[in-house]
Amino acid sequence: MQNPIIRISNLVYRRGTKVILDDVSMDIKRGSIVAIMGPSGVGKTTILRLISGQLQPDKGSVEVNGKLISTLSRRDLYQCRKEIGVLLQDGALFTDLTVFENVATPLREHTKLSEDEIRDRVIDKLISVGLANTGDLMPHSLSGGMARRVALARAVIMNPNIVLFDEPMTGLDPIAMSTIGRLIRVTNDELGLTSVIVTHNVEQMKNLVDYCFILASAKLIAEGRPQALMHSSDPAVDQFMNGRVEGPLAFNHQDDPVDVNAY
Amino acid sequence: MSKNWSKTRKLLAPIAETGHCGVFLVRMLGGIRFERELLISTLQQIYLIGARSLVIIMICGFFVGMVLSLQAINALQQFGASDQVSLLVGKSLFRELGPVLTALLFAGRAGTSVAAEIGLMKATSQIEAMQLMAIDPVQRIALPRFLAGVISLPLLTAMFNAFAIMGAVVFSIGAMGLDPGIFWSKLQSGIDFGKDFMGGVWKSVVFGGIISLIAVYFGYYAKPTGEGVGTATTRTVVLSSVLVLVFDFIITSFLI
Repeated sequence: MQNPIIRISNLVYRRGTKVILDDVSMDIKRGSIVAIMGPSGVGKTTILRLISGQLQPDKGSVEVNGKLISTLSRRDLYQCRKEIGVLLQDGALFTDLTVFENVATPLREHTKLSEDEIRDRVIDKLISVGLANTGDLMPHSLSGGMARRVALARAVIMNPNIVLFDEPMTGLDPIAMSTIGRLIRVTNDELGLTSVIVTHNVEQMKNLVDYCFILASAKLIAEGRPQALMHSSDPAVDQFMNGRVEGPLAFNHQDDPVDVNAY
Repeated sequence: MSKNWSKTRKLLAPIAETGHCGVFLVRMLGGIRFERELLISTLQQIYLIGARSLVIIMICGFFVGMVLSLQAINALQQFGASDQVSLLVGKSLFRELGPVLTALLFAGRAGTSVAAEIGLMKATSQIEAMQLMAIDPVQRIALPRFLAGVISLPLLTAMFNAFAIMGAVVFSIGAMGLDPGIFWSKLQSGIDFGKDFMGGVWKSVVFGGIISLIAVYFGYYAKPTGEGVGTATTRTVVLSSVLVLVFDFIITSFLI
């Protein structure tokens, strides 16, 4: 079997005395779409930040493209990040730049392409997310779904081999959700990416992703194909996947870690 | 023991923050790369924080010049020396009032907007998005704003001085009927270009550095919430105003 593109081994991450992630291991296969799921505040976004090197693990290791993320210097880390596209919650578009300039930013920064080549590439990406004529708009005039699609175009403009999605569906209407879902699948397969999606949206994920990891109470409690997990005999997995109120997972978890401002 | 330690830490916090701010400055200036991008964004910021502050600076300068000459004429008349008014106005303006008042106005007008802008970029994850694109936000966001502040403030000070002299002319020549020949010749002969005028310019370069460093620093390390942005803005005005006055004394004592 070929090497996994992301390998997380025995990862422990603490914030203060609170254990956010406890002995979590994951292998993410090249070319797949993978979901990391779990109740809110379980440390899903923390995993993304550990993969992108914004946080350092307390124990264990994160390997991306064969490189140990936690040992890299700032310069090497930045080099490594050029191969990773990230779509943050709400897209995080630069509000002072037009849609076109938003998507063009990584190209301008990291390549020496001519203005014409940049234009071609950006328009190409905007067309592929179905927003051909929006280049001159400012981000505040976009709807939530459109902003997310622009952010997707920006995330893949450098032709990365990994794209990380932080809650790509949250706050969107059902049509926009399905559109984003289909776009994730199409870009993943056309560009040969590996996509890692952090979400609590089980409904959308079960038809989209190839593989799921489920976190609960700081631990990885299950992994597998979504269809298999739907019929899991583990009560916690069953509760989460099928959205039941009764079960081993408490809704108001007492030491609910807060994910905001984690860095 | 631990209680004492936490108190000590509280007392030492400003020192630690000063060090942190110094590290930020070194990181900002250490990674400087003179590229077209930097030039363009610095020019953009000079327009946004410098040129856009012009009107308020001109209005304030004009009135400061008027009130200065009003006070000067009033005081000098007692000694029958009201023809010295341009000298008094010019000296106090070029050496002290011009640089200091412009700096205080600049802190309120431009420092706050820079701190709030960067803080808001942080609150909306734009800074994080930039880091994830392997773009250093300290270089891309903070540096052009810092440079623009250092460049803009001396120019604004010059504008302030010019309008203050105009205000003095309008009041003392126009309203009080002073002889224009005496006004201008006293100003020309009594003001030393190097010591009086350039001294003020050097001050305002330092003030520009202080204000814009504080603004970008507080903005960059603002808590990513509405309240955090508000705090950063307030602290920027308060601290930069205080430091401008403190450094004014220090620089003056070296210049004189």
